[in-house]
Amino acid sequence: MKSASATPAYTLNHPRWYRKRVSTYWWLQRWEYLRFVLREVSSAFVAFFVVTTLAQLYALSRGPEAYAGFQQWLKNPFVIALNVVSFFFVVFHSITWFSLSARAMVVRIGGKRVPGALISSSNYAAWLVVSAVIAWFLLRG
Amino acid sequence: MVDTIHLEISRYSPEKDAAPYFESFEVPFRKDWVILDALNYIKDKKDGSLTYRWSCRMGICGSCGMLVNGEPKLTCATFLADYAPAPVRVEPLRNFPVVRDLVIAMTDFMRKLQRMKPWLIRNEEKPLSEGEYLQTPEQLDVYKQYSMCINCMLCYAACPVYGLDPLFAGPAAIALAQRYNLDSRDEGAKDRFPVLSQHDAIWGCTFVGECTRVCPKHVDPAGAIQQYKLTAALDWFKSVLLPWGGK
Repeated sequence: MKSASATPAYTLNHPRWYRKRVSTYWWLQRWEYLRFVLREVSSAFVAFFVVTTLAQLYALSRGPEAYAGFQQWLKNPFVIALNVVSFFFVVFHSITWFSLSARAMVVRIGGKRVPGALISSSNYAAWLVVSAVIAWFLLRG
Repeated sequence: MVDTIHLEISRYSPEKDAAPYFESFEVPFRKDWVILDALNYIKDKKDGSLTYRWSCRMGICGSCGMLVNGEPKLTCATFLADYAPAPVRVEPLRNFPVVRDLVIAMTDFMRKLQRMKPWLIRNEEKPLSEGEYLQTPEQLDVYKQYSMCINCMLCYAACPVYGLDPLFAGPAAIALAQRYNLDSRDEGAKDRFPVLSQHDAIWGCTFVGECTRVCPKHVDPAGAIQQYKLTAALDWFKSVLLPWGGK
């Protein structure tokens, strides 16, 4: 395949096709593309959330002093800002994940495909139940 | 009341032009006209050299796919009235080489489609005298959605992965492979597996989901790809975890 050059050289048996280069900023050209890229980027923040939680558990296992030190680190304005951003990305990631799961999973009951809305809403229901259990565990005493 | 509308049409002549440019045409605005009617009007009345593909003008042949204001559309099913009074921009499908004006080269797609073996594969063909392979409505229902594909390639024009990586098999080819994999009469899933479970086939897809959004026949290629990822992953787990393998 030939690409365009400044001086066209057309021959019958070698048609000169024009190939347009994809812009480096293709992901800024449509909201749908930007949303996709944000969803991909969100995984870095999800990883940060997971690592923070594991570090928190590790600090907890090492006793009250270590945990106080960890809390001190959490109070750092930079860490607070990072956590706020991460929170929004994690929520965005979860919502997009749930809406995608409906498309990737085909569940058939009695030969009929279960509607996607039912699959994503059951994901949300499970999310609510887990959140409620954690909230109860944290707030009960 | 508007009675004319402007079309900005991408023109490219390989003999003369180094790159495509836009040419503006004024056409009568009619409520019942689709973009393709306007293109036919231009070709009949204004410039006979305008080059584009079309055939059935009823959303079945899949040849009139173009970009309308940047969005992949079947021009036979896209009404001027939805864009009036602003000018409408018509371009060839994105991510394909342009042969001339609005015509793209589809060789790449055809080659990829062929690799998927999109036909019924049987281990053993039964003799004609035994009649046809029967199928229940439920069995038809499993793959029918994917069989609606008309090879219009709008999904390829919408897919940023295909734009960035021309080796990617692409949405329609994978959806059509699934169409045969899910067909109860087909026994070729194992033949298609090595082609499908490649980095430049299903694993190249990052689930942007645009292919499904632009599909004029509601095939949902993105769904087909994710479902096959699940199949391939389960197959891998089986072959690794079970001593007798997943085969």
